[in-house]
Amino acid sequence: MEIAIIDYGAGNIQSIKFAFQRIGINPVLTHNSETILKADKVIFPGVGEASSAMKKLKATGLDVLIPTLNQPVLGICLGMQLMCKFSEEGNTNGLGIFDAEVKKFSNKVKVPQIGWNQISALKTDLFDGISENEYMYLVHSFYAPICSETIAISNYELDYSSALQKENFYGTQFHPEKSSSAGQRVLENFLKL
Amino acid sequence: MLTKRIIPCLDIKNGRTVKGVNFVDLRDAGDPVELAKLYAENGADELVFLDISATEERRKTLIDLVLRVAENVNIPFTVGGGISSVEDVDVLLKSGADKVSVNSSAVKNPQLINDLSAKFGSQCVVVAIDAKQINGQWKVHLVGGKVPTDLNLFEWAKEVEQRGAGEILFTSMDNDGTKDGFANEALAKLSTELNIPIIASGGAGKIAHFTDTFIKGKADAALAASVFHFKEIEINDLKEVLRTNNIPVRL
Repeated sequence: MEIAIIDYGAGNIQSIKFAFQRIGINPVLTHNSETILKADKVIFPGVGEASSAMKKLKATGLDVLIPTLNQPVLGICLGMQLMCKFSEEGNTNGLGIFDAEVKKFSNKVKVPQIGWNQISALKTDLFDGISENEYMYLVHSFYAPICSETIAISNYELDYSSALQKENFYGTQFHPEKSSSAGQRVLENFLKL
Repeated sequence: MLTKRIIPCLDIKNGRTVKGVNFVDLRDAGDPVELAKLYAENGADELVFLDISATEERRKTLIDLVLRVAENVNIPFTVGGGISSVEDVDVLLKSGADKVSVNSSAVKNPQLINDLSAKFGSQCVVVAIDAKQINGQWKVHLVGGKVPTDLNLFEWAKEVEQRGAGEILFTSMDNDGTKDGFANEALAKLSTELNIPIIASGGAGKIAHFTDTFIKGKADAALAASVFHFKEIEINDLKEVLRTNNIPVRL
């Protein structure tokens, strides 16, 4: 199976590569359109600030390519947020795959949220074998509100989407590659989609 | 619900763990990766690697270690020690570190915090602050607490937050090594006055100290070294007690 991790200079992609290697898959890190189009599964990572990450996507034409992909795509953290239509972070227009507007947590809570939080109201085979209220590792200051595409909910200040899905596109706010054995199970499930 | 984090800290010199460790079940307790894997399996929420080597090869040795940890460990980890530039951080993050911690270099060049958070995001910038009380005032110290500065702990902490730090790792030099508990009064003040997570460090000796630092010290995470290395406290036992005290933990 060919797994392509989109490498556009935004984030810690080594960790994702290593997480797949731990389950016996050797993914390719690439920003090459052909390689991405041919892959069986695509990972869209992202760490950092939304508007600068979006600029990097535009510079390589990936902003046009990603929404046209037909194979399963998994956006992680900022990757998931960029798959939404808009983010308050840098007033950034996203890829518009998910019908959600990403907002910032208020100063009623500590920002960023850093640590292990629970996920619940789990939907889709992405969470096959994952218990309700399982813990996942999250680091973020912005969140996607609950919407019709929500497939997992976490609570920090309010209930928000810790995972989204539309057709072949999946996104997790949490980092499966850093979330111990439960996170590994999510990656294994994604490979089976 | 967001849980409170338990973070073992491993001191590293020339790619090996420094502080004596007491793990009979480990093939090589001096290998940070072996130890890190064991902590991850036993319920640690995160790990901190603090590099204290001073050789010319330290940079390469540290990068090799970061790569090996990222390859083998499936929980987040922070790397600190001698980090003083955007380039240092770039290579550590690219090698798989999730966060870096800066300490003396941030005091000497506060703009570094702005530069790091602008380039890599606040979420990976931990500012470590060592402080102790002098005439009732909490003063920031450098070089592992040896060199005093004029900086007031709370003013410096607010400044690093404004400059873009994502987290503060506060070590009380008055408490460090005492095993008498964390500096909960100062921690609570930091946690109340700032709006970023605070990691408590220095003074852990028994399980009740962790309960206290989460309740009285309002800490978001607690870091310790020897109590874990010498198996005086097992992380899972610690978390069971925290849970019975209604402190949210990942178990």
